[in-house]
Amino acid sequence: MDDKTEIIRVEKLNKYFGDLHVLKDIDMTVMKSEVVVLIGASGSGKSTILRCLNFLEKNDSGTIVLDGEIIDPKTHNLNRVRERVGMVFQHFNLFPHKTVLGNVIEAPIKVKKIPKDQAVRDGIELIKKVGLSDKINVYPSKLSGGQKQRVAIARALAMKPDVMLFDEPTSALDPELVGEVLATMKQLAEEGMTMVVVTHEMGFAREVGNKILYLHDGKIIERGNPKELFENPQEERTREFLSKVL
Amino acid sequence: MDSLYHFFETFIVSYDLFIAAMFLTVGITVCAFMFALVFGLFFAFLKLTKIRLLMWISDFYVWIIRGTPLIVQIFVLYYGLTNIILMPTFWAVTIALAFHVGGYLTEIIRGSINSIDKGQQEAGSSLGMSAALTMRRIILPQAFRRAIPSFGNQFIIALKDSSLASFIGMQELFGVANLEGSTNFDFMTYLLVVAVYYLFIVYVFTMLVRFLERKMSVSD
Repeated sequence: MDDKTEIIRVEKLNKYFGDLHVLKDIDMTVMKSEVVVLIGASGSGKSTILRCLNFLEKNDSGTIVLDGEIIDPKTHNLNRVRERVGMVFQHFNLFPHKTVLGNVIEAPIKVKKIPKDQAVRDGIELIKKVGLSDKINVYPSKLSGGQKQRVAIARALAMKPDVMLFDEPTSALDPELVGEVLATMKQLAEEGMTMVVVTHEMGFAREVGNKILYLHDGKIIERGNPKELFENPQEERTREFLSKVL
Repeated sequence: MDSLYHFFETFIVSYDLFIAAMFLTVGITVCAFMFALVFGLFFAFLKLTKIRLLMWISDFYVWIIRGTPLIVQIFVLYYGLTNIILMPTFWAVTIALAFHVGGYLTEIIRGSINSIDKGQQEAGSSLGMSAALTMRRIILPQAFRRAIPSFGNQFIIALKDSSLASFIGMQELFGVANLEGSTNFDFMTYLLVVAVYYLFIVYVFTMLVRFLERKMSVSD
């Protein structure tokens, strides 16, 4: 990484669901233009970390620093914070009553107050970028899963976020549609977008990731660059996990 | 044959009276339904705040509305309202009916808002939209679409319930039938005539709801 600006720093993050301790002393940093990939078994807390990063879940203790600013959910306007953190969901969560373009321009117009004609121009550009220029005025119900997810990516990008969070973006897709979404993400990464990705796609993690974090039972057990972690895991549990998924 | 002839004769002779009354019936119902939507939204939101006192107020309202006959509500509200402020019977009846229908709409609206996938709220939040903005732009439009068939049902019920306005002297459809029937000593014929008018309006509105439902479902 040439650019050493820190986008996200997480320190001693803890999260409980009732009595269940789901995140245990999570520490992590994400540098500008870095792709950090969280891997681990279901229920290990990967998605919860992501959801804490844009405060869809509130952490019970620990600090989250965004662009050098400590975010306190009690005093910060979280909507302003979330403008800077884009999120792509496993189940797309597109707005079914709006067209592809409508989905993309909604937040820029209503939240950022960008003039409509400019938002439309930028929106069309983004939709082109994810390869859906022939679907601009189509409703989500007419799209395949892969197309929906690409629209969701365009929608998040429309807010010009500093970092993009991907929560298992290909887990709900038919196998033949996974590739197109991963290609779009790879393209984003190559353009220098800062990304935090939760995925079961180890090929993607290895090829595109700069840093891999392996989670087990709410703890980061091992971290490193893809080469180290995939080829020479230090921890027994990492080895066990990798032998199952690779 | 004679009685069929008599029915049509009555139908044609009373035509202008009933047409005027039909507009009054539709007017009361449409106005009442508009206000009922406001009541329904308001009390549904109270319920959704999860603040105990507000939820209790909403529950109380729905309980009163569902637990007492409409005719009682109309009488109480009519005499109550006109006691406090002078207002035309039309508006007293309309407000009473709106208050009644609003109780049912509260539950319909609350249910359809709750039926919208939680992911929609999260998607809105993740884009920096406030809870209120997400509600207005994302959740409510979908909830309303989903509620159209129930709204249609409730509207038709309200249309027929508006006949109770005749008990406080409104000359809407049933009122006219009642009056004409008694002055001409011919209740049965006028009741059959008015039934035709109701059937006609209900048919028109059923078609309208069906059209709306089809049009709105394009995007689903």
